[in-house]
Amino acid sequence: MSAVGAEGLAGGYRAGTDALWDVSFSAGPGEVVAVLAPNGGGKSTLLRALLGELPYRRGTVELAGAAAYVPQTERARLDFPLGALDVALMGAYARTPWYRRLARADRAAAAAALERVGLAERAGERFGALSGGQRQRVLIARALVQDAPVLLLDEPLSGVDAASAESIEALFGELRAEGRTLLVATHDVCQARAWDQVLCLNGGQVAYGPPAQALSSEVLQRTYGAELVLLGEGGAAVSVSHHGHAH
Amino acid sequence: MLGDPIARRALAEVLILAVACGPLGVWVLLHRQSYAAESLSHGMLPGLVIAALAGLPLILGAGAGVLVAAAVIALAGRDERVGSDAGVAVAVSFLFGLGAVLALAPQAPPRLSELLFGDLLGVSAGDLAVAAGLAGAVVVALVAAHRPLSIAAFDRPAAASLGASPARWEPVLLVVLGITTVAAAPGLGNLLLVALVLAPAAAALAVTRRLGRALALAAGFAALAGVGGIALSYYGGVAAGGSVALCAVLPALGGLALRRG
Repeated sequence: MSAVGAEGLAGGYRAGTDALWDVSFSAGPGEVVAVLAPNGGGKSTLLRALLGELPYRRGTVELAGAAAYVPQTERARLDFPLGALDVALMGAYARTPWYRRLARADRAAAAAALERVGLAERAGERFGALSGGQRQRVLIARALVQDAPVLLLDEPLSGVDAASAESIEALFGELRAEGRTLLVATHDVCQARAWDQVLCLNGGQVAYGPPAQALSSEVLQRTYGAELVLLGEGGAAVSVSHHGHAH
Repeated sequence: MLGDPIARRALAEVLILAVACGPLGVWVLLHRQSYAAESLSHGMLPGLVIAALAGLPLILGAGAGVLVAAAVIALAGRDERVGSDAGVAVAVSFLFGLGAVLALAPQAPPRLSELLFGDLLGVSAGDLAVAAGLAGAVVVALVAAHRPLSIAAFDRPAAASLGASPARWEPVLLVVLGITTVAAAPGLGNLLLVALVLAPAAAALAVTRRLGRALALAAGFAALAGVGGIALSYYGGVAAGGSVALCAVLPALGGLALRRG
């Protein structure tokens, strides 16, 4: 049974210019899928396509219910006059008619979600005043309030502090145990090895499968091309030249 | 001042407009649409002038003017050869110039200054009723769209997955802005109405970090500016629209100074 998947998916932001092509994969409930790609390799485009928001799309997308989307935190407005709890509550907006107040259960769910990402005591703080890692956790809390079976996360672990990264990864484990499917765009090949499936993109799909099979040095070479540096035995890989610095 | 029916009607008109303009301004600033607010109100001048020349109610000219301005601005903004801002600037200057040329024609009644700066002291009971109806519609629309407007402004990439597609709600904000512009044009004039939309909102956003409070404060600042402006005009014998605009901008300057400090 597939929770999220695609068949012959292709498309882009302008007619006739594909940013993504030949993507076919399928992930079941309770699986964490790492989406690896170089900069401009189609990670964000894939997430947009799965959300049904890519202007030009071919092929089919399969989704078990609505997906919750967690964007990169720097795309949200930091000067916006809302607190952390208000942002988490946005996850309940879609199921609340405009003439109704938010349900008590939804308020409780938002508070519980903040608690779950370790930010209960920051609930009243302005979103823009939080650190990058904390903001990322608030956006994940919002996705928890949406209560979606599928979560699409755009580089949730990029540029966050160690404590936030640890809390986020622990949460991924819990969500997996709940039977939710996570599609996580990432730059970190080592992280991807710990998850269930890996989808390697470089515009087109390079490989899909469990990390042990999919993450060969040949696949990484074809995924990252000149950006890749291979270190040591066993194909431990580090992607360089991301935003102009190694990591 | 309250014994004078002209001043009383002027006061009622600015208070009605304040309730719509203040909160709308907060959304306009949060959606970074202040340039659209400015463009729409300036670009409607030909409509106002033609209505004045034809002896039609100004509100009709304002409505037609805003529709034409919106269409021209949308077309000009699409031209990728010069860039959207430049295209809109040229289109608005053209519309404004066209309005001025029409208004300054020899056979035109000398009412250009009323159209530019408004005629708060000439407000009739009928004008008040129309303004109240439009302002009421604006407030209802803003309350109904509160949640999607906040999602679409705060987090554009995730907005659609949260049930608030920016492609649907950004145009809604522009329509509400257009209605407010039409409502405010006869009283405040097409040059000054932007002050009552943007300045109280800027002041409110400078002094509070909570959306609900900012919306209420903006309405309050706009109302204060209205009352202060009418009083200044009544006792100081200066133009009403200009006084209101001045009183609207002062708290914004104060708020920004506070925020710096």
